[in-house]
Amino acid sequence: MSDTILVVVEQREGKLNRVSWETLTAGQALAAETGWTLEAAVVGSGVGNFANEVAAKKVAKVYAVESPKLEPYTPDAFSAALKQIIESKQPKLVLMPHTYQVRDFVPKLATAMGRTAISDCIGYKKEGGKLLFTRQMFQGKLAADVSFTCDAPWFVTFQNGAFRGDKVEAGASAAPVETVNVQIADGVIRDKPQEVFKEAKQAVDLTQAEIIVSVGRGIKEQKNIELAKQLAEALGGELAASRPICDSGWLPMDRQIGSSGQTVAPKLYLALGISGAIQHIVGMKGAKTIIAINKDSEAPIFEIADLAVVGSLFDIVPPLIEEVKKAKAGS
Amino acid sequence: MKILVCMKQVPQKDAPLKLNESGTWIREDVSYEVNEPDAYALEEALRQKEKHGGEVVVITSGPARAQQVLREALAKGADRAIHLEDNAFVGLDAYNTARAFAAAIKDETFDLIFTGLQSDDYGYAQTGVVVAELLGWPHATIIMQIEKNDAGIRVKRELEAGFFQFVDMPLPAVLTIQSGINKLRYATLIGIKQAKNKPLRKVSMADVQSAVSGNLQKIERLYVPQKTKNTEFLEGSAGEVAKKLVDKLRNEVRVL
Repeated sequence: MSDTILVVVEQREGKLNRVSWETLTAGQALAAETGWTLEAAVVGSGVGNFANEVAAKKVAKVYAVESPKLEPYTPDAFSAALKQIIESKQPKLVLMPHTYQVRDFVPKLATAMGRTAISDCIGYKKEGGKLLFTRQMFQGKLAADVSFTCDAPWFVTFQNGAFRGDKVEAGASAAPVETVNVQIADGVIRDKPQEVFKEAKQAVDLTQAEIIVSVGRGIKEQKNIELAKQLAEALGGELAASRPICDSGWLPMDRQIGSSGQTVAPKLYLALGISGAIQHIVGMKGAKTIIAINKDSEAPIFEIADLAVVGSLFDIVPPLIEEVKKAKAGS
Repeated sequence: MKILVCMKQVPQKDAPLKLNESGTWIREDVSYEVNEPDAYALEEALRQKEKHGGEVVVITSGPARAQQVLREALAKGADRAIHLEDNAFVGLDAYNTARAFAAAIKDETFDLIFTGLQSDDYGYAQTGVVVAELLGWPHATIIMQIEKNDAGIRVKRELEAGFFQFVDMPLPAVLTIQSGINKLRYATLIGIKQAKNKPLRKVSMADVQSAVSGNLQKIERLYVPQKTKNTEFLEGSAGEVAKKLVDKLRNEVRVL
């Protein structure tokens, strides 16, 4: 019998999280490379519809892992449920998207099974029969190829955008769906989650902006944000920021771009004084054109920039504003 | 409330990193600092102590230089420190680091254990959750607020895209703390002086040997990432660069 890859997709608030298709794409690629069988699982209560959605893709089988105790999500319940299915089906490799929810339970699940997770991977390599998983280290400055030195099951989580969700292959016919009712004993669940909510009414939807001028720590002081604001206005774009700027209260939270804030894919993303930490990059790497201005030639932002200026934004931005205004007036 | 804060020393954010000879780690001749989320975790612990009384203990695992992180924490107001200092602790994966921590604190009774949500060097975001599982405690991650109540605590969990969620939990519990939960304090001169007299317990590998085993994963190689993008660097004076940029914006990006 062939080894199996199990992709655990994510469902939340009545929808399959789109990033699940990226993980399934990864699973399909790994299955093709290794010759292993690809299966998928959805965890929750009343998840039959999600399982059917996944079963339409090229996958050998889908498990609907069911228990009323799996709604709402808690790490205790999810860990207990997945432990049962993994012990039962014995996959070699378990893949998940590196979402906040997965981060909340996968280290618990892996530890409960005496195993480990290689998290936030951006790809994989197969070298001489061994699987290596690539992940960024030191906020993106270096990359590491990591292997498992323990027995299966091996847990891997993939970073948002590491694989293309739109490239997931459809199945020739619907895969069989098996409902697995898991038992979660009383007392297992210790957290009592309340309703999910959005903090403040979002004043600006950055996902709709065609042009974004974004500031990072390099802006140095709150009053300097005015400079970025002028550039945004000159270009007809929106102002945004990396997390530290919003943490300091220099811009409101709804201007934050990154894993905790908004994910955007504008026509133009201008990164001013942004180093390019992973948590920020995942929120903007889909931009059509990325221009980065940063004093530090080693800043990871330059890995993904189309146009780069190594220099002080305080030197570059004022003449840039003037040139933009001239161009708009003149032409 | 008795709170343990797990802290890590990591290379400074803007430190130029060089690979070691074998290409499996970085050369150690860089400047170090406290892992930023851990600084927020410490600050949160100190605030909880100020509100509810109790004790804040800080712990780290690392070589002698890592003691700096503990000294700074003591100077800010932590009461005592534990240093797992042994070269054998360096390079342990999250699983084994968590096991070493759990072994080092087995005779203590904490109400809360905080870690930063992830480290700036590895970025795995696992150690806190592993500790929780090893201790059999409930946990919650990416926390932005903690309120004590009769049943335990109510925490505010950060989710993606600006969403949040409150969770009620019993104590004891493990929380991984998100940056920006609070504003960091500076150590005062008095604090720095007082830090010198606060207890700092050293733990060697031998003390926790039975808890630690081989790593479950291995960094086969570390390298400078291969560039997939064709980045065009614009050179010249500020004025020249500004003109070049506008040229590109008009003719290539087509936003002007």
